[in-house]
Amino acid sequence: MKMGLNIKQIRSDFPILHQQVYKKPLIYLDNGATTQKPKVVIDTVRELQETLNSSIHRGVHYLSEQMTSRYEAARETVRAFLNAASTNEIIFTSGATGSINAVAFSFGEKYVTAGDEIVISEMEHHSNIVPWQMLCDRKGASIKVIPFNDNGELILEKLDDLLTDRTRIVALTHASNSMGTINPVKEVIKKAHAKGIPVLIDGAQMVQHGEVDVRELDCDFYIFSSHKIFGPTGSGVLYGKESILEELPPYQGGGDMVDQVTFEGTSYNTLPFKFEAGTTNYTGAIGLAAALDYLHSIGFEAIGRYEQELTGYTMEKLGGIDGLKIYGKAANRISVFSFLMQNIHPYDAGMILDKMGIAVRTGTHCTQPVMDHFGIDGTIRASLVFYNTVEEVDALIEGIQRTIQMLA
Amino acid sequence: MTDYNEIQQDIVDEFSVFEDWLDRYNYLIELGNDLPAIDPKYRTNEYLINGCQSKVWLHADLVEGKLLFNADSDAIIVKGIVALLIKLMNKRTPAEILENDLFFIDGIGLRQNLSPTRSNGLLAMVKKMRLYAMAYQARENQNKES
Repeated sequence: MKMGLNIKQIRSDFPILHQQVYKKPLIYLDNGATTQKPKVVIDTVRELQETLNSSIHRGVHYLSEQMTSRYEAARETVRAFLNAASTNEIIFTSGATGSINAVAFSFGEKYVTAGDEIVISEMEHHSNIVPWQMLCDRKGASIKVIPFNDNGELILEKLDDLLTDRTRIVALTHASNSMGTINPVKEVIKKAHAKGIPVLIDGAQMVQHGEVDVRELDCDFYIFSSHKIFGPTGSGVLYGKESILEELPPYQGGGDMVDQVTFEGTSYNTLPFKFEAGTTNYTGAIGLAAALDYLHSIGFEAIGRYEQELTGYTMEKLGGIDGLKIYGKAANRISVFSFLMQNIHPYDAGMILDKMGIAVRTGTHCTQPVMDHFGIDGTIRASLVFYNTVEEVDALIEGIQRTIQMLA
Repeated sequence: MTDYNEIQQDIVDEFSVFEDWLDRYNYLIELGNDLPAIDPKYRTNEYLINGCQSKVWLHADLVEGKLLFNADSDAIIVKGIVALLIKLMNKRTPAEILENDLFFIDGIGLRQNLSPTRSNGLLAMVKKMRLYAMAYQARENQNKES
């Protein structure tokens, strides 16, 4: 295989990868759950804590001004990463879940009433199901679901019927966390917009695998987590078109999001601050920016090419194991693989692989409807990113074969 | 019958010969395979202790003052640990189960399987076994009083 990346160099940027667990070299294949942090991110967070910690947007003093300008520079880094039109469109949140909950609440309060419909897909993470269900419960609205076929691809022909004059928003994942499918979001957005319906795209599993251009997609909201794109945990992003965010009410009240407060009433701050109540996770946001800068320095295109090669290799190797079944076979995919071996319980397999130093995830992956679709209780999931190697895939394959020997 | 804590120590000693983790798991798989499947009438939702990832079914009877456990799991390694718990607690009086600490799981390095976040149903199963013991003990005491 020809690889466009200097993997040895890249792996040396991630301190956590160089350790042994149970006396075996760690093989970390649980990146769909969270990604590891390059040294530059760790150093950035430490440097901020050691030298600059101070509450942003408030102080007149040196530290606060410095931290504020770093925070706002991070917002600009995220804007450029998504190719958003303005930093007013970039809201820092607690994570992808926080971002979806914010939209479900604010958008829901403003636009959703009894009898309305929210369209999601059968492959959504629980985080892109439950906030909408909570909204539906509050408002008397209902959820409509775009189904997927047995390859794990959306059945787009169903979409036209699902988009009605009662549909208020479509919320769709860009890439499936349990099957690896990359969805044709641009097509869905086009269809929804043709009927005047806004679209939220959940990019939690996509942004770490390739560049996203929100203006090219023309999505109305785009959300992701920092910790899944090599940044610190507890931070995330909500992108929203300025014209839409302007109209939405805030979803949390508190400091920093206000203009004037009296006991008679409050006027709100302008975008993006209207949606950032309280002291935000500024070290998380700045750490995220450091992660994005790091990815830029390697190059998204090279990362994408490498991961596609790794994906092809992994699919081929997994497909060659007798009795192993892959759940989610979409051709257009990220490097996430769900599978089961014969009648082996995924939890048993996960425990054995763990003792070989191989970290995978087992269970439903917060997508119970996907498991229901296939009539299974759970799968084993290996999720790879650009610091994973062909040798690690080989170790996984060997581990799986040994697990089958032990359990079948 | 061998002392409750002696059995626990025996299990710890048995496991201490395994140097490799996979050998430990192989042994648990063997124990799991040897444990008779639970009576189908107890493999129902009523007796299910639902972990997020693996399921455990548990039922207990009191016969002549001693507890008889019937248990199963859909994951074989978990079932192996279940088999060890049954080996220890079966045909014991409620008092024996309640008065003694459970130390063998820690002793064989499987403590992580009993952490609350592990969601394999084992921690809940151990609690449920003790609850059965408590309930039967309370019933026995009541019978004595009346």
